[in-house]
Amino acid sequence: MAALAVLVTVFANTSAFAQEAAAGAAAAAPKQIDMVPIYKSVAFYTMLFLLLCLFIAIVGKAIRVYELTREAQDKPDSINWNTVNGVIFVLFLIAGLFGVYFEYTVHGHMLLPDAASEHGKKIDSMFNITLILTTIVFIGTHIALFLFSFFYRNTGKRKAYYYPHNNALERIWTIVPALVLTVLVLMGFLTWRSIFYKIEDPNNKPLSIEITSQQFQWTLRYPGADGIVGLKNYKLITGTNGLGMDFKDKNNLDDQNADEMVIPVNKPVRLIITSKDVVHSVYMPHFRVQLNSVPGMTSYFEFTPTITSEEMKTKVNDPAFQYLLYCSKICGSGHYNMKKVIRVVSQAEYEAWVLKQPKFINNDLRKEFNLPLVPDAAAPAAAPADSTATPAKDSSAVAMNKPALKK
Amino acid sequence: MSTITLHDTHNNGHHDDHDHGHHEQSFITKYVFSQDHKMIAKQFLITGIVMAVIAMGLSILFRIQLAWPDKSFPILETFLGKWAEGGRIKPDFYLALVTIHGTIMVFFVLTAGLSGTFSNLLIPLQLGVRDMASPFMNMLSYWFFFTACIIMMSSFFIQTGPASAGWTIYPPLSALPKAIPGSGLGMTLWLASMVLFVVSQLMGGINYVSTVLNMRTKGMDLWKMPLTIWAFFLTAILGVLSFPVLVAGVVLLIFDRSFGTSFYLSDIVMGSQVLPNEGGSPILWEHLFWFLGHPEVYIVIMPALGISSEVISVNSRKPIFGYHAMVYSLIGITVLSFIVWGHHMFVTGMNPLLGGVFMITTLIIAVPSAVKTFNYLATLWRGNIRFTPAMLCAIGMVSFFISGGLTGIFLGNASLDINLHDTYFVVAHFHLVMGSAAIFGMLAGVYHWYPKMFGTMMNAKLGYLHFWVTFICAYLVFFPLHFLGLDGVPRRYYAFTEFEFMQKWVTVNIFVTWSAIVAALAQVAFLFNFFYSIFFGKKATQNPWESNTLEWTTPVEHIHGNWPGEIPTVHRWPYDYSKPGAEQDFIPQTVPYSETMLSNMPHDFEGNAESERIQREWDAKNAPEKADVHFH
Repeated sequence: MAALAVLVTVFANTSAFAQEAAAGAAAAAPKQIDMVPIYKSVAFYTMLFLLLCLFIAIVGKAIRVYELTREAQDKPDSINWNTVNGVIFVLFLIAGLFGVYFEYTVHGHMLLPDAASEHGKKIDSMFNITLILTTIVFIGTHIALFLFSFFYRNTGKRKAYYYPHNNALERIWTIVPALVLTVLVLMGFLTWRSIFYKIEDPNNKPLSIEITSQQFQWTLRYPGADGIVGLKNYKLITGTNGLGMDFKDKNNLDDQNADEMVIPVNKPVRLIITSKDVVHSVYMPHFRVQLNSVPGMTSYFEFTPTITSEEMKTKVNDPAFQYLLYCSKICGSGHYNMKKVIRVVSQAEYEAWVLKQPKFINNDLRKEFNLPLVPDAAAPAAAPADSTATPAKDSSAVAMNKPALKK
Repeated sequence: MSTITLHDTHNNGHHDDHDHGHHEQSFITKYVFSQDHKMIAKQFLITGIVMAVIAMGLSILFRIQLAWPDKSFPILETFLGKWAEGGRIKPDFYLALVTIHGTIMVFFVLTAGLSGTFSNLLIPLQLGVRDMASPFMNMLSYWFFFTACIIMMSSFFIQTGPASAGWTIYPPLSALPKAIPGSGLGMTLWLASMVLFVVSQLMGGINYVSTVLNMRTKGMDLWKMPLTIWAFFLTAILGVLSFPVLVAGVVLLIFDRSFGTSFYLSDIVMGSQVLPNEGGSPILWEHLFWFLGHPEVYIVIMPALGISSEVISVNSRKPIFGYHAMVYSLIGITVLSFIVWGHHMFVTGMNPLLGGVFMITTLIIAVPSAVKTFNYLATLWRGNIRFTPAMLCAIGMVSFFISGGLTGIFLGNASLDINLHDTYFVVAHFHLVMGSAAIFGMLAGVYHWYPKMFGTMMNAKLGYLHFWVTFICAYLVFFPLHFLGLDGVPRRYYAFTEFEFMQKWVTVNIFVTWSAIVAALAQVAFLFNFFYSIFFGKKATQNPWESNTLEWTTPVEHIHGNWPGEIPTVHRWPYDYSKPGAEQDFIPQTVPYSETMLSNMPHDFEGNAESERIQREWDAKNAPEKADVHFH
């Protein structure tokens, strides 16, 4: 009883403090003129938190006093915390199920559109199968976990059921997951092989495009008329030769530079991925394409786009929609801003576009590599007349493309 | 093994002939350079808690940046100076924050804080050992860890700032100071800290393994060890075998950074400067790193699984369901964890053939994990559950383990990983399965063994408050992040402002940040409870949870050598809870079968015919109905 008395006193004291604090707050309230700077101050929130702590302390003391009173009156079952926690588990289960439903429906509709590439469709269907399976397990196990917690809470009346093992049951829940996972593994394995081990169709040869990453931008290189991206060597990289192209290799002479990646629909595209400085990652989520670009190593990813940009705009009902290429491997302070626009167009549009793209080679580089200088009009390769476009012309070509994008 | 006839009380194997604990210790040898495993455990725990608070603070800083990328917070400039000029965190420093947050949480909190604390505390106490195999090495283990922490934190006080290449520090970003300022002195400190850390882990691990293998008390054969010990033992083996590989990798990186070698560097041009390095490959680092890195996530989660097994069994008042299956699944996870590291590298450009192989091994590892989950559920079924704060945390751990584990099935599938790799889906996945699950396992351990560590009880109600707020907020923080990943938002982005499509996620980010702040504030309840109860907590009884394991047979007051007299002998497995016929709902491991004739079952004798005969005769005489049930 003495302890109780002390506690009551303590409780009284703390609540007195609380009243003082409340009174102080009330006194301050009428004087308020501009609360905005106060809401922005750290002290305000610190006070708020301390007040919350005080409140919790008071509630804690109140519960303690209540429990001790019950105890003093020989009524031991004051608050059954097992029941309290068991009930909260059930409430959490209900709220959680609603939350999951909300997430799946609301945030689940803010995601990437359907895959715009051939292999992407396989990935999407496998994703859906995996999602259905895991969701069933997720919901089922959680219902069991939280309902068991509620139903088998200690009530003081039962004894637990001594049940150390059941080999049949354990075999079932070893074998069933193993079988399900085998199916998933097989599907994943076959899809993986179909993505990375492509048999080249001689009638539909892939278009090679080289992507070179550096802090914090991408450089695209189209192969030109010969369809071959020429050799390069990082030791040749200079201010004028940003990729280190070796122009002694004649495959380089018609290679073109482009500001955005334009690719023809339904034609395989083979990305040749390299890096100049650190590891970056070529990430094109709409096409389900990702591969790191690693300095000192060339990697390849082949995919076939199936939906043009214009079709996708109507499909997602967003006139501003763009396919994007960006970096997904931490690469430095500009990591969050390495963007390249991709445009999927018809074969005809592509052919028209690619002719306008400037070549890498110019007279400065020709001098450097001791190649015969070419007067403006006559380009050596079987390329159109504007292939020796000057930098000024480059930017005008880019400028011409941009309004087209905005439409 | 433990039969009725073998029971005797006068002989206890090891070195109990001289009495420990009665010589005076100075402050330095008792609290600082202590060689007592219980004190070292507390040192690990408190250092771990301090580091966890720091790392949590860092996460709040970068969550603020993500939620309000355009707002200025002058208070940040007050504390961070030039790294938050104008009250806005800079991109470089943002990356430093995520890097150090990850490093501290993975290594200093969930590896050292978890294994260091509970392996040290429980291996001797639950196995009936006076102290670790090498107490001196154990002490060194802590002090190497402490030094590693100090060095890691010191990088916040240097001009170029802490390491900022992500916690996986992929070269060349981590090798070239020109690539990012954090790869200057900050990275050197990171690497130095990590080498010391691994030294600490090895010393600890070797100690744990040798103690478990050589020093168990009489009767404690491997199949009578609690699952906690199995988990710590296998974790230590994992650590001893995988951490040295990290050191090898780190040493090569130090060579690349400081002595001009080219292990990881080749064909690099920084700006317009062509670097002379040739022939190396960053992929080599990724292999070496993840050869540790993947076992590392099991080093983090296995102790949490072990602790949860024990806590769930004790508080359900039921034997853990499928003890043998639990052990075999731990062994399975241990073995498989060495051959799955490649699933972190599906899209690095390594040979796609490897991708296929690693996908198979990775998805196989889901099977033992599933077995463990179902066994936890079966343990709860028809239990008599006492919701101590420890039990709540253990249930929370199971929940997170399921939620995070299931998303692992997506990421372990190489084809699906193409689009999910390095997105927020990964962030959500591992924060649930190894972040939240392991932290909740650790919290369960703290609440459960607090009376053993400090001799006082923590306040249960404050524990409930702490659990519920943290549990709910952890889900609110990490569940929505899956959807950012599914929308193709990469991780480690400083701001979502540069991409049109990411802007719809800023509101989600604000929600997540507020949840994180509330979760962080809830930890005040834990910290207050923890430190207040050390001094003012209710005095603990010897066996407050009515548990079977040996640690609860030691006196509440710690003594050097753990048991005042002889070390107890073990007669039975640790999970005889609610056994039919027993007077109480628990039978400690020290109770011989001869004292529990009424509750003995045929399988208790493991095929020992003599004991079975004695039991059968006794049953026939004293409890005919029981004999009918069990023996006919």
